[in-house]
Parts: sequence; C-alpha cells; structure tokens
Amino acid sequence: MKILIPIKRVVDYNVKVRVKSDGSGVDTTNVKMSMNPFDEIAVEEAVRLKEKGVATEIVAVSCGVAACQETLRTALALGADRAILIETDVELQPLAVAKLLAALAAEEKPELMILGKQAIDDDANQTGQMLAALLDWPQAAFASKVDIAAGVATVKREVDGGTETVEMKLPAIVTTDLRLNEPRYATLPNIMKAKKKPLTTTTPAALNVDVAPRLTTLKVVEPPKRKGGGKVADVKELVAKLRTEAKVIT
Amino acid sequence: MTILVLAEHDNASLKSSTGHAIAAAARLGGDIHVLVAGHDAQGAAQAAAQFEGVAKVLLADAAHLAAPTADNAASTALSLLPGAYTHVVAAATGFGKSIIPRIAAKLDVAQVSEVTAIEAPDTFVRPIYAGNAFATVQSKDPIKVLTVRTTAFDSPKTGGSGAIETIEAAADSGLSRVTGAELTKSERPELTSARVVISGGRGLGSSENFKLLEALADKLQAAIGASRAAVDAGYVPNDYQVGQTGKIVAPDLYIAVGISGAIQHLAGMKDSKVIVAINKDPEAPIFQIADYGLVGDLFALVPEFTAELG
Repeated sequence: MKILIPIKRVVDYNVKVRVKSDGSGVDTTNVKMSMNPFDEIAVEEAVRLKEKGVATEIVAVSCGVAACQETLRTALALGADRAILIETDVELQPLAVAKLLAALAAEEKPELMILGKQAIDDDANQTGQMLAALLDWPQAAFASKVDIAAGVATVKREVDGGTETVEMKLPAIVTTDLRLNEPRYATLPNIMKAKKKPLTTTTPAALNVDVAPRLTTLKVVEPPKRKGGGKVADVKELVAKLRTEAKVIT
Repeated sequence: MTILVLAEHDNASLKSSTGHAIAAAARLGGDIHVLVAGHDAQGAAQAAAQFEGVAKVLLADAAHLAAPTADNAASTALSLLPGAYTHVVAAATGFGKSIIPRIAAKLDVAQVSEVTAIEAPDTFVRPIYAGNAFATVQSKDPIKVLTVRTTAFDSPKTGGSGAIETIEAAADSGLSRVTGAELTKSERPELTSARVVISGGRGLGSSENFKLLEALADKLQAAIGASRAAVDAGYVPNDYQVGQTGKIVAPDLYIAVGISGAIQHLAGMKDSKVIVAINKDPEAPIFQIADYGLVGDLFALVPEFTAELG
C-alpha cells in the first residue's frame, strides 16, 4: 500500500510572530521555519504503518517555494521513501493545495493520504477535507487511532466531547490530531541517508491546476493587547477580587 | 441574500453551537434557512425553528443520517446548493470543521474558517497563528462558505416560529460508516466550552500532583487542561493540552498553575476573560498577561484556594 503524506513548511511553533507595520501580513523574514507539527504526526503514522508491514511506500509531498525541499528532507529523514515538491511562488490557499494534491493523487494512486488537521500558520483546517471531497473519497478528520486491514481503515477520531469510530473503504483521507502518536526525532545517520533519497519537482502548470488565490487579505492586525501584570498578595485577596472585581466566581 | 446554516444536533436536541451559527448568519443579514440532516430529528428541527430570525427549517430524514459520516452530511447539504443561497454557515466545531470544507471544495469556492467578526457580507475577520494576528479577508466567490467561532457570536433569542419543511436526503455514498462513539462521561465540562479552566504545567512535577487541581476544579465546576511541557513530561494525556498545537480556549476564568507561559501556551488561552496565574517564579512570563498573579508555592496555595472557596 502506498501512502502519500502532504506536509507544509510553516513558521516554527516556538516563534512569536510579528505583524508587519503596514498591516499586509506577518513578518516571516529570517524566521525559523519547520514542518507543521500536525504533519510530523502524519509522517510518524505513515512510518509506523510501514514498520508494521501495512504500507510499502511513503511519498512525502509539499506545495510551495523551493525552500520546502528542506521540509521534505526532514520527512525523508523520518522515514519517507521519496519526496515530491510542487513548486510555486504563488501564495497557496487550502482549495488550491487540495486541487494540487488531488491532481497528484490521480498520478500516484495512493491508497491512503494522511494530512495534519491544520497548519499552525493560517489555522484553516480545510485541506484534508477538501481533498477528500475533490477525490470523492471518505475522510476521518482529527484521528487519534488508525488501523488498516483488508482494504478498510478503522479510525478513532476526536469529536467534541469524546471519540467516534469510522470505518472507511480505501482509498481514504485521514487527518491527524494530537493524540495519534508522538513523533520521533530524526537521527543523524537518517538525516545523512535522506540526502540521497529521491526528491522530484513538478509545478501547478504541469498538473494543470489553477492556484490563483480566491480570498484577498485586506489587512492583518495584532490582537487587542492584554493588560496584565496585576498581582495579589495572598489567596484571600485573590478570591475576594475574583468575586467582587472580576465577578467570575460566586 | 439567503443563508443556509448547518445544524449540529443529536437528532433529539440541537447542540448549543447551532445557536451561535444562527447568530452569525443574522449578522450577515438576509433570510436564514437551517438544515437539519438526521434521523427522527423532529426534536432538533423544532428547536431550530424557535430561534428568532430563522425563516425555514429544512429537515432531511434518512437512517444513514442518524450518525452521519462527513461525506453523507455534506452531500445532503450539497443537494440544496448552489440554489438560492449566498452563504453557507456552520459553527467551527468538530462537526462544522469536518463538513464545511467538503462543501466549499465541491462548490469550487474558498472557505473562511473560524470567523470572529463579520464586517460585510463578503468580508470577515479571522484569527491566524493561533490568535497572534487577525486577518480581514474578502471573498469574491459567488457563495461564501464559513465556519464561525462560537465564542464570538451570542445565541439569538428563542420564541420564533420558522416553518419546518421536509426535503429528500442524498443517497448513502456507502464509502464509510460510523460504527461507534465513546462520549466522555466526565462530571467535568469540556475543555473548549467550559466557563472555568484550570491548567497545570511542569511546576506540578508529576502526574500524581495533577490530582491537586481536581479538588479546585470540583469547586469551580472547571475543566482541567495542561501546558505542552506537562504533556511532554507525561503527566497528562495529549488531549489536555492548551496551546497553539493543542486546544484553543477562551473561558470566563483561566487559572494557570505552575505554568511559566511559553508563547505556544499563551496562544491557546490569552483570549480568556480573566486570567489567574500561580507560580513560584515572579519573573515567569505568564504574569505579564495575568489579571491576578499570585507568587508562591502552588502546593500550599492551591489547597488554600480550594479551602477559601468554602
């Protein structure tokens, strides 16, 4: 079974992003970039399925600028077999990414695609579900457990207030939630080996996909500043203030 | 303008998220239709019809919609679209997030996620980078497809009397099925909808010590959360995590215990109405955003806090 894992290069989760003074967006120059944390979980799940003998090949794919090759190399170091970059300088929105991945799926014919549930930059939480719709595949979003047997994926997924189990005929889409697994770190020998694994590049034009943005960002602002820094001397004062000043407890 | 709101329900009753979605639809202006796709879901349909501003409830009934899969739920909604609708709205809950993107993709339009404010029928405000920035975006697509953040829109009044109309459910795709559900039978409220949240960090030191928070949580009917550091240290499971890579919460009262305040944690809780921080390090960054900071030993202060509540 072939698994395709789409991954996104995003601002590292430890970076405090700053809004540009002209309100045009977030400043990403000279900022540390990493693989989207939910995508690391997707890579890990695919690697575990290969270790269990369920998957035979893992193909990592990323859409975006040339520097996404670094992120793909990380996926290769973690256990992906080969990588594909769909290279473009256009700002990609989720619908465009879903169309690119659907076009690639038609060529690669994977039986399973595992995606992070959302990217921590645009927080859209759309691509996996859109991709499933475009391919007319079933989906299990927000997975916390994945079992594959006899052409069926049984996925436990996080829903509000608990979990739900979904059985899907393959091919299918899974998006990862935090509890699915704990991603491993790439070891130095594997980082070295990853440099020799195949990484090919294609383009939206080659896949015949129009990636023009549909949404226009009019402005980006900082959230309202929080006025903090208040201190209380002891528990008595804290409880009194929560009751009479903040009025959040009775 | 006519807006289609997707109702979230358990057939017998409507989930509170639906009220928030209807409130967002009312802000757009125009007629509001609510789709209740379920099985024996008269109860949910009647509840939806009672919200002020709802002109019509469309009730689709089929056995396969009793606990619908995302593709079946989306295809019943799509059987009404594009039709006369200018907008499709659902709450940004697990339900809305699963289904709305499928609808947008099938209509070949962009989706706007987690809308927190509506500036015009085509212009919306939404958080990015876990709320560290807010983007105002405009959609030129013929149909606007949105999920809305429930905490940003207050439920409308009830007392309305929208008409209930029965529609055909789309056929079962047969691609997937829901085979079970395990809903947490906790006495505690859910982390993302709780009025009070108490979170523990690495300062608690062990899994055992998290129990300290339980007595306080019982008193305040609070949900319990954790920082990523506490999760990484193995004190609590991953689904406790509040932060950029965990859950985003905005309760009336957030109590951070033994949490230093890493950026990624702050991103998940700084929209809380009132923040209390208890930490032994007076320089901890959490104090910069806390309304009420209490410096000291949490192992003494938390039991004292619990006792003081009586």
